[in-house]
Amino acid sequence: MTHRIEIFTKSDYQDVPGQEVLTDIRQLGISTVEEVQAIKVFLLGGDFDQAGLERIARELLADPISQECHLGRSAAPPGLAQATLIEVHLKPGVTDPVADSTRMALADMGLKVKSVRTARKYIVLGHINEKQKQIIAQKILANDCIEEVIFGTDSEPPSPHTKPYQLRIINIPMRQLDDQQLQKISDQMDLFLNLKEMQTIQQYYQKLKRDPTDVELEMLAQTWSEHCVHKTFRSTIEFTETNGVGEKTIVIENLLKSTIVRATRELDKPWCISVFEDNAGVVEFDENYGICFKVETHNHPSAIEPYGGAATGIGGVIRDPMGTGLGSKPIANTDIFCFAPPDMRLEDLPIGVLHPRRVMKGVVAGVRDYGNRMGIPTVNGAVLFDERYLGNPLVYCGNIGLIPRQMCFGSARSGDLILMVGGRVGRDGIHGATFSSGEMTHEHETVFSHAVQIGNPIVEKKMLDTLLAARDENLYVAITDCGAGGLSSAVGEMGAKLGAVVDLEKVPLKYQGLSYTEIWISEAQERMVIAVPPENLERIKEIFAGEDVEATVVGQYTADKKLHLRYNGQTVGELDMEFLHEGLPKYTRQAIWNAPKVQEPELTEKEDYTDDLKAVLSGFNVASKEWVIRQYDHEVQGGSTIKPLVGADNDGPGDASVLRPVLSRDQGIAIGCGICPQYSDIDPYWMALAAIDEAVRNVVAVGGNPERIAILDNFCWGNCNKPDRLGSLVKAAQGCYDAAVAFGTPFISGKDSLNNEFQTQDGQTINIPGTLLISAMAIVDDVNRCVTMDAKRPGNVILIVGETKNELGGSQYYQLNGKLGANVPKVNLNAAPKVIAAVAAAIKQGLVVACHDCSEGGLAVALAEMAFAGGVGIEANLTRVPVSRDVSRADQTLFGESATRFLMEAPPENFGRLAQLLGNMRFGEIGMVTDNSRLIIKTTGGQAVIDADIYKLKEAWQKPLRW
Amino acid sequence: MTQVKVLVLRTAGTNCDVETCYAFELAGARAQRVHVNRLIENPGLLEGYQILALPGGFSYGDDIAAGRILANQLVHHFRDEVRAFIDADKLVIGICNGFQVLVMTGILPGLPNPENDGVAQQATLACNDSGKFEDRWVYLQPGSNKCVFVEPDRRIYLPVAHGEGKLCFAQPKLLEQARANGQVAFRYVDAEGRFGAYPINPNGSTDHIAGLCDATGRVLGMMPHPERHVHRTHHPHWTRLTEQEPQKLNGLSIFANAVRYFS
Repeated sequence: MTHRIEIFTKSDYQDVPGQEVLTDIRQLGISTVEEVQAIKVFLLGGDFDQAGLERIARELLADPISQECHLGRSAAPPGLAQATLIEVHLKPGVTDPVADSTRMALADMGLKVKSVRTARKYIVLGHINEKQKQIIAQKILANDCIEEVIFGTDSEPPSPHTKPYQLRIINIPMRQLDDQQLQKISDQMDLFLNLKEMQTIQQYYQKLKRDPTDVELEMLAQTWSEHCVHKTFRSTIEFTETNGVGEKTIVIENLLKSTIVRATRELDKPWCISVFEDNAGVVEFDENYGICFKVETHNHPSAIEPYGGAATGIGGVIRDPMGTGLGSKPIANTDIFCFAPPDMRLEDLPIGVLHPRRVMKGVVAGVRDYGNRMGIPTVNGAVLFDERYLGNPLVYCGNIGLIPRQMCFGSARSGDLILMVGGRVGRDGIHGATFSSGEMTHEHETVFSHAVQIGNPIVEKKMLDTLLAARDENLYVAITDCGAGGLSSAVGEMGAKLGAVVDLEKVPLKYQGLSYTEIWISEAQERMVIAVPPENLERIKEIFAGEDVEATVVGQYTADKKLHLRYNGQTVGELDMEFLHEGLPKYTRQAIWNAPKVQEPELTEKEDYTDDLKAVLSGFNVASKEWVIRQYDHEVQGGSTIKPLVGADNDGPGDASVLRPVLSRDQGIAIGCGICPQYSDIDPYWMALAAIDEAVRNVVAVGGNPERIAILDNFCWGNCNKPDRLGSLVKAAQGCYDAAVAFGTPFISGKDSLNNEFQTQDGQTINIPGTLLISAMAIVDDVNRCVTMDAKRPGNVILIVGETKNELGGSQYYQLNGKLGANVPKVNLNAAPKVIAAVAAAIKQGLVVACHDCSEGGLAVALAEMAFAGGVGIEANLTRVPVSRDVSRADQTLFGESATRFLMEAPPENFGRLAQLLGNMRFGEIGMVTDNSRLIIKTTGGQAVIDADIYKLKEAWQKPLRW
Repeated sequence: MTQVKVLVLRTAGTNCDVETCYAFELAGARAQRVHVNRLIENPGLLEGYQILALPGGFSYGDDIAAGRILANQLVHHFRDEVRAFIDADKLVIGICNGFQVLVMTGILPGLPNPENDGVAQQATLACNDSGKFEDRWVYLQPGSNKCVFVEPDRRIYLPVAHGEGKLCFAQPKLLEQARANGQVAFRYVDAEGRFGAYPINPNGSTDHIAGLCDATGRVLGMMPHPERHVHRTHHPHWTRLTEQEPQKLNGLSIFANAVRYFS
């Protein structure tokens, strides 16, 4: 029988989950709720007497100091007629890690238990009506895709029970179908294959003189999905560009190869070890180690289930470096998010989208819980806001790994066993790859809930610990992760040049009842596939078993170049590897770019811009992200050298983080990023240059070696089947090539997500701004030479390096005034690398004690940040700032976002050497550090255009996101 | 002299084991990471070591409660061996999640308590008052002169990184006893040594307590992470100091004191 134990927080202790729910209820505008109590529920199946249950409750489940327990189901608190009981149970088959741990702990206590389930119970005190009750349950407490809600004292959901699976091979007759019927099959099976692809598949089977099985079609759909093969970037594009001068059409064979990859090939850096071929790019660190870096997006799942979507996003990208070469050790995470503004009104939201504040809180919590539990420091990131991210929030997750030089490559051989390691397979995450390749609509929230995967970081951590041990004993020859597409993509890719036979009934399942197709395409998390020579099987299984990690032989690599799937010995699918990987039809797509008609606004010139500076500092894009950063463990693993928050009070916005991958060495890596979607609306080409410039500036500003910078691209765009979206993508990709070559920074890896549009119920389309994330990783030759952005000592001089132009287009200042503008910042690719080199040299020679790049908000924001991070004043004069001829107003100098500019602080005695080093570059000594806690910026005639207390500026900057 | 041997205990979800080993090695010891399953198979393994370290992390994902499952394993599989280890004049340190484990097992504060009603646990580490996990640096004032890991009177600066670090005692009397016994190893203070509210006391801990030792002074549990300040460049303000300004390695001293105990 099932025994119920409820765990309450004692009244003199804080009920954190209860309070969080209460806050969320109030934010939904329901003010009648006075209190929420959160109760943990354990349901134990087995034969226990009262004493036994009491012992379990008191010794294991309840904390004797802060909690109390109740055996059985507690009634609503007496005397409170206005109490609502809501219980949230996991749906059958959803992973329940607490239940698994409880089962193990009961065994440690010598107790036998048949089953364990957990649930959450909430007592909501205060009057709410039926509708509000439903809203609270659906919008705050439970997630429809994984959880069930019961109200009051309704009966509990029955113990999960699924029927055993009976093999039934499903053939899809398609050889005789017409185009319309083919498309119908694609739609009905959620394959997201277009007609041309369906026709190609039909021809293949006509030749074979048989019909496909369902698993074959599913596998083709997954392998050919935009998510997995990047069709758009590899297709032929006819690109027509119209600007003021005229119209011009060019044909681009393969966008990826002709821009991103081309830059890397031409730069041909000897320190690039493995680029664009493995799960992550690999560059040299030192004579013993390489560094892997990969950044992924997990946008669509995060839109539906922010917590789970973001958690599995970070969980998934961690497995990329783990699955590169023979496996690396993850040493750092990066996270960059784009949301709609968190202060949007609930009634302004279209149907089918979650409130941006809920999305943001859920995403941050998901990344926090997964990254922290994995013990990987989250060291770099950014958070951006724009209303167009409402239906398509962007969640970029990156991971960096450390890999021994001799382990950078792996390959499976015929005869090697296919070992699946880690978690078990359930129905979670089915169709994730194809789903993420489609557009979002207001229906997606319900239709695709099964595409959300559920993460369990501890399973991944255990798997990591054991895999590294097995790697170091040379027990396997190849490794890859089960990412999008699950086993289908992992085995399909690893065996692409060989062939493989897989016995699907051998795959360990979370629960019975899965069909062979579900087993093959499930995206259940925390799994890797390794190729193990048969003679190593015994030893490697011993390593996994020794730390309670499941590892199962599910098949073997062959030499027949066929993928052969069996279930209990019967063939359920057979595909030629060549057709699977090379059969995708080639496309020609149309792309157009019409330069938008934009113009500069006419703003009234002011004598004092102090309030404008405060407003820019308070803008969500510029405001402090400390609330996010502190929730991440950024110091675990002990390599932290420059932290994400710096300065006298550890709260200034560092430009990039630095860490030591090898604790005993003084060599480090600097990690930064650049992302400026605000410029895309004016010109995506210049946006791309600005993003690369920003990423490079960030890593150089802390002491990164500019000759050793590797970068990654992640494009998130709207629906690129539409020529204008694709045209804008082409422009950005061209910018990537030009900038990477100019800066000498090869791309080592990249990924794209090209369907970020949202269809509202009334047929409107919300298209995100073209959003390119550039992640940068630089080698730091000696971490002891690093500098931070906080101003250090009164009396030191402040210099600016780089030219300020009349470039307020897309700036935070214009945004604040509701304008876009036209003069987008244009990186001078001739001058920029020289500025970068000079700044790096100044830092390396120890001439400067602080360095900060000018980015969003321009010079004024950068000066303010330096001052309040250092707890000192700065007095500067705009007349000493080197500007181009078209600069005529103070606001252009203060808030313009011209690229490649740095502020540096130096002791006066170093000024001479610095000036010599900067030579004929544009630079100016613009002011000095003071001890009066004021930021004073003067202009012609000594008149102050900004004069403010640094602590007031800091408050303006910290307040908006101090949640 | 033979090198001091340290067993750094790890299990599923432990994640500060590598840098804790590194810190002990910088302090001159020889440290080994050992999985809890090896200790369960062979509790006698412990005898070969002088120091047992329970590092930070999320053992078993903090399921049920932070440290609970590993504490349960320790109690049911090798409690006697750990007791014998302590009685043999050896040292135990629990950091963050390791401290939570030591408190859950009742090893800390380990006060004589006739009213304990059969329950060994005398204190708990509850959710931070802030309601969330936070990584931040804090000042610590030693509160004891009997703890072998701690230099009395030397205020130090170390990071905390936890969501459940608010120390609470089962009864107020236990706090009094712990204080009277000199078992309060560290208290959260500000840079000048004064007590204060959040964020000076980052989690709302009772009596500002950041770390406890047992009655012998040879078992230390603390929420802050000493292994995160063993390099000059770990300190959040190191770029604000000139190279001439000396900087003591706050974390390393704790490991060095432990190793020195055996010399």
